[in-house]
Amino acid sequence: MADTMATTPAAPATAAGPGGGTGGVSRGTKRKYALRRIRKRLTHLLLVLLAVTFLSFVVVDLLPGDAAVVVAGDNATPEQVQQVREDLQLDRPVLIRYVDWLGGVLTGDLGSSFRTGQPVAEALAQRIPVTFEITIVAQVLALLIAVPLAVWSAYRPGRLVDRASMTLGFGAAAMPNFVFGMVLIVLFAGGVSSILPATGYTGFFENPLENLRSIILPCLTLMIAEAAVYRQLLRSDMTSTLQEDFILMARSKGLSPMTILFRHALRPSSFSLITLSGVNIGRLLGGTVIVETLFAIPGLGQLIVQAVFNRDYMILQGALLFVAVAYVVINMLIDLLYLALDPRVRRDA
Amino acid sequence: MTHARSDEGVAGGEDVLGAGVLERIPDGSDLLTAEDIVVRFHTKRGVVHAVEGVSIAIRAGEVLAVVGESGSGKTIFTRRVMGLISGGNGTEVHGTVTYDGTKLTELSGKELSKFWGAEIALILQDPMTSLNPVKRIGEQLTETIVLHKRVTKKEAQQRAVELLRSVGLSEPERRVRQYPHELSGGMRQRVTIAIALSCNPRLLLADEPTTALDVTVQAQILDLLADLQSRLRMAMLLVTHDLRVVRSRSDRIAVMYAGRIVETAPTPELFAEPKMPYTEALMNAVPPIAGPNHIRLQVIPGRPPDLVNPPTGCKFSPRCPYAQEKCLTEEPPLREAGSADHQYRCWYPVGSEEGLKAKARNVERGRSAAGTP
Repeated sequence: MADTMATTPAAPATAAGPGGGTGGVSRGTKRKYALRRIRKRLTHLLLVLLAVTFLSFVVVDLLPGDAAVVVAGDNATPEQVQQVREDLQLDRPVLIRYVDWLGGVLTGDLGSSFRTGQPVAEALAQRIPVTFEITIVAQVLALLIAVPLAVWSAYRPGRLVDRASMTLGFGAAAMPNFVFGMVLIVLFAGGVSSILPATGYTGFFENPLENLRSIILPCLTLMIAEAAVYRQLLRSDMTSTLQEDFILMARSKGLSPMTILFRHALRPSSFSLITLSGVNIGRLLGGTVIVETLFAIPGLGQLIVQAVFNRDYMILQGALLFVAVAYVVINMLIDLLYLALDPRVRRDA
Repeated sequence: MTHARSDEGVAGGEDVLGAGVLERIPDGSDLLTAEDIVVRFHTKRGVVHAVEGVSIAIRAGEVLAVVGESGSGKTIFTRRVMGLISGGNGTEVHGTVTYDGTKLTELSGKELSKFWGAEIALILQDPMTSLNPVKRIGEQLTETIVLHKRVTKKEAQQRAVELLRSVGLSEPERRVRQYPHELSGGMRQRVTIAIALSCNPRLLLADEPTTALDVTVQAQILDLLADLQSRLRMAMLLVTHDLRVVRSRSDRIAVMYAGRIVETAPTPELFAEPKMPYTEALMNAVPPIAGPNHIRLQVIPGRPPDLVNPPTGCKFSPRCPYAQEKCLTEEPPLREAGSADHQYRCWYPVGSEEGLKAKARNVERGRSAAGTP
């Protein structure tokens, strides 16, 4: 943004001029709004993080059994378990342990797993890229499929594309996604054909092509229901936008249907879609346990579930910390996207 | 001036709007004719007879006003004339529209859109909703220019600034970078006028261009339109519900009621000698400028007819102070009053002997044939 300001020095100058009082949001003002919003969100984030991590600490503590039972093994005597408990300092009050953990986090130390001794940061660094890649690819796929279908369905309601995509969409949204995943496995990974791997994950930097092959099925599985919901949502917003006078005006200018649909109607129709997409990305970044399990993908979801079973609260805390940060950051980005997409938001920011 | 209209580009001279005027077809000949236009909407409630057999001719360079209450079909008619409403999907259309020798009603959507914005332009009622809220003013202006004229983006931008200046917006260089919500209603309507005029159309359809504006701004916008219309020798179809608006700003007036034209005449003649009781009632409903303040306004009793089940006979008969038994059963045809320019639909026209008798009879029996007191 600094670059664009430098090349158009007239913009802020005019706004500050004699007529500036009547409106005219300059780039400088726009940036100020953006910064204010980010600041607000970050303050918000701190509170959310404290609440989330404290709650999960307490809840894990309230669950029957603790990490010491798991670590000591099935055949351990109560004395041995007690010994492990003292070694892991699990006998201290929950509040003290929380403050202790919080102190560690502030100095950049997320602790280590009780069970394996692996540093939490390392475990997260292995899992986050996997989940991140699958989430983003699935979202992009969902939008790529949903947006054109929704736009065309709104443009020609009740016709073939609209009806077919609605019927298929309802089916897809109603079906649990692991069922669709299993159908995909049967079709592409073992049943009808074996062109894709059914399970496992190859890192992108290890082998990009294998990486692509390994994420296709999980991404399709995740994407299908979302694409259906996105289509439905955008179609209905688009339908009401197409009733607007400014669309009639655009038609009366002689613009082509494609220009009207994609350059005039899509942007003002996209706000709820963007909100929902942001919420979904935030949610999916927390891991998608069913899909990860189905395709044996080492993502964040599996890490969290295992941590809960093992009462491995160091891992759990680290993962939840990431999920909360990711959620708030994504929503902050969505907020900024509004700012870019809808000039009217800037007024009441 | 031998080059085609579409090749004008940006006028280098003092007035961007002036270019191309010389080639216009001579004033007085028909630029657009609409014959027997019918628009019906098939709905669950029944068939809405929005427009039933309306014929008009707009001559080059003239202002034809279409006047009627809301629900009289004037907006639907205007959009059908332009081709923005087409048949199919429960909409039934009939009749032909001919523009400068081309039958618009036979063209495909794609062929039609070559006329839109370039030859025929539209201004809508509410400038708060007729501009795209997320696009800059400049962008909304230049896209039409770039589409219809062979100009570069830069030339189009220059032209956009000039257009804004010529519709009376201050600081046009700044306006092109603003969004619609940053402008007032009057300013926005000036922008939509600039957009409509950006490619020098020969016909402007203005659908209640001032209804949504403050009263103080209305006159300014109407004067601007009148000024541009005469400077550009552009024909204009001015749709309004307000007779005052068109009295000094139109050459001819067509009064619409229930999807039909009930009277059409040159403006001075219509005001001097209205024949149709509805026209008279519309004139009486306007508060007089001279005379005492705070007098009771004469309203037209009843409501506009239901277009699904319109009354038989004359559509205005249930509300008409002249109505006789004949009016309830037989629909009057369009008749000429003196000249072919003045036509009306009425069995008992205002100012005629039959009319006076009919009204006297109704006064005597205390109600019209339709039972209206």
